[in-house]
Amino acid sequence: MTTTTMTMAKALNEGLRRAMEKDPKVLLMGEDIGKLGGVFRITDGLQKDFGQDRVIDTPLAESAIVGTAVGLAIRGYRTVCEMQFDGFVFPAFDQIVSQVAKLHKRSDGVYTMGLVIRLPFQGGIGAIEHHSESPEAYFAHTPGLRVVSCSTPNDAYWMIQQAVESDDPIIFCEPKSRYWEKGEVDLENPPLGLYDALVRRPGSDVTLIGYGSSVKTMLRAAEAAEAEGLSLEVIDLRSIAPIDLPPLVASLEKTGRLVVVQEAPRTASIGSELVAELTERCFYSLRAPGVRVAGYHVPYPPARIEEDYRPTVDRVLDAVDRVMGFES
Amino acid sequence: MIDEELVQLLTPEGERVAHPDYASTLSGEQILSMYRDMVIVRRLCNESTSLQRQGQLALWAPIQGQEGAQIGAGRALAPMDFTFPTYREHGIAWCRGVPPENLLRLFRAVSNGGWDPQKYRHHLPTIVLGNQVLNAVGYAMGIQRDGADEAVLTFFGDGASSQGDVLESFVWASSFNAPVVFFCQNNQFGISTPSSIQSKVPLFRRARGFGFPGVRVDGNDMLACYEVTKAALENARAGGGPSMIEAYTYRMGAHTTSDDPTRYRVDAEVEVWKHRDPIERIKSLLVREYQTKPAAFDAINEEAEAFALKLRDDVLAMGRPDPLSMFDHAYAEPHPLVEEGRREMSELLAQVAR
Repeated sequence: MTTTTMTMAKALNEGLRRAMEKDPKVLLMGEDIGKLGGVFRITDGLQKDFGQDRVIDTPLAESAIVGTAVGLAIRGYRTVCEMQFDGFVFPAFDQIVSQVAKLHKRSDGVYTMGLVIRLPFQGGIGAIEHHSESPEAYFAHTPGLRVVSCSTPNDAYWMIQQAVESDDPIIFCEPKSRYWEKGEVDLENPPLGLYDALVRRPGSDVTLIGYGSSVKTMLRAAEAAEAEGLSLEVIDLRSIAPIDLPPLVASLEKTGRLVVVQEAPRTASIGSELVAELTERCFYSLRAPGVRVAGYHVPYPPARIEEDYRPTVDRVLDAVDRVMGFES
Repeated sequence: MIDEELVQLLTPEGERVAHPDYASTLSGEQILSMYRDMVIVRRLCNESTSLQRQGQLALWAPIQGQEGAQIGAGRALAPMDFTFPTYREHGIAWCRGVPPENLLRLFRAVSNGGWDPQKYRHHLPTIVLGNQVLNAVGYAMGIQRDGADEAVLTFFGDGASSQGDVLESFVWASSFNAPVVFFCQNNQFGISTPSSIQSKVPLFRRARGFGFPGVRVDGNDMLACYEVTKAALENARAGGGPSMIEAYTYRMGAHTTSDDPTRYRVDAEVEVWKHRDPIERIKSLLVREYQTKPAAFDAINEEAEAFALKLRDDVLAMGRPDPLSMFDHAYAEPHPLVEEGRREMSELLAQVAR
């Protein structure tokens, strides 16, 4: 096994490089992704190596980035679109939900919408307004799309390649607060399929489920709980839509207690979906109602107070206490 | 409609006029063939309106008055060019060889598409205004990367000219020198919104500001629409980049069968445009210049009638789709929620069948 240590940002860069080497039809499009290498440097050096026709610095128009990627897909190209920040995806929302999500269906399978829309998402980097949002539920709600999120450099390296290879359109959510954290990357063997959930830490008392930046928060909560004699199972969703339910059901049948963690606001969210699905499927195994630890129902706050908004280890542990407090 | 900048090769009376930049290259035989196209497409449109009134179509978007623009543009295409239509490009679909009954599948609400867009090199109708124009520019960028001798022709109306997607398309096509021709049919109205609210300058002049040529053509002059489109496509294929054509025309009918144009426009205006009918002026030319006999026109009319009868039969034969078909092609790869839905519906349908 060849492993190497790198940041998530570098792992994404290497994954994109490998995807472009494997398939000459793979293009990258986005704002400032060429010479600059993207504001997060995810595409650093790729234009130099693959040329301006494959790594395209675009005019600043998100609807056009996605809208032209649709036309390129019809022509047989696979475009990875970079949205510079989560809060800037909304001009492209129309193209994503009206065309990207529907054209495979409308053409009776003739068109392959094999494009990837990369979305640096979630907060935690002290940024100003519109740079820290979690819009994943909008896309998860839309039939025709798939939504995934990586939480480690190894997943980033493999999932971006799997997303490029997929014939379905994929919203690829990158937890920007984890871009600079290092981890081992296995350069030979993909860990899992793109749509598989993964138990990051086994446990027996409570199941914690999350994705993106929340995975590390959940793991730290599990460590803290262990000191108090509680065993928490931590599951990384990886695929936000569709949700890989079987491993979640297996965990709930074991623990009977569910806490979901996300930065996005709680209402009509991925967490809501998880609690609903798992309540329906695991009703007789549950020993407490599922609890969501989430962002509050307010616009994302100024960064000086964002840590009071984002789920913390303490808030996760409070939720664990709540589900442990139910008598069965 | 006296406008020095308007490209016109044939007056409403069917008399040829010279233009410094464009000369008509069509033979009498070709003109007669395109006259036939216009007559059949108008008959298709009338039959479709009837079918909608009889409850056989959910909706119809009439084309009357715009046949000259569409047959002119449609016949200017090379076989390998690709077209991106709105929901009103019935004449373009006809020129591309899309089976007419397939065109009506969307309007009969038995499909959200209707044909194989790669086979006919004609994209599916786009109902969200302007989306297809960006898709067209992306396709043109693909042509560039393939080094192919092809061009894209994309359509929108005066209403959609206000959409951000259309204006972003102009920026992109210009910046990347994409081989795309923007064909704007200015038929004077959104549903009820006059084109004067969409733009304070003639639409074709916008092109110049984006860095590529724009030309206004008499949209009811099929000969001019053909030559202007042919030249623009040739220029695009030769690497000359994008251009815009504003076909200045008039929607003689309603926006769709759900509309009532008497609420927002006056009869006098419609009367003026009746005298500019694209079909009548070609007929005048054919009689005057090519001595086309009444029997030839009669034959075309008879063909159009037979066409309409067959179209009606084909439409009426389109039954309700299998409900389970909604689960096909929702995704390219297996999806658990789609399969769950398919199972659930299969069981429900089986219960009903018992």
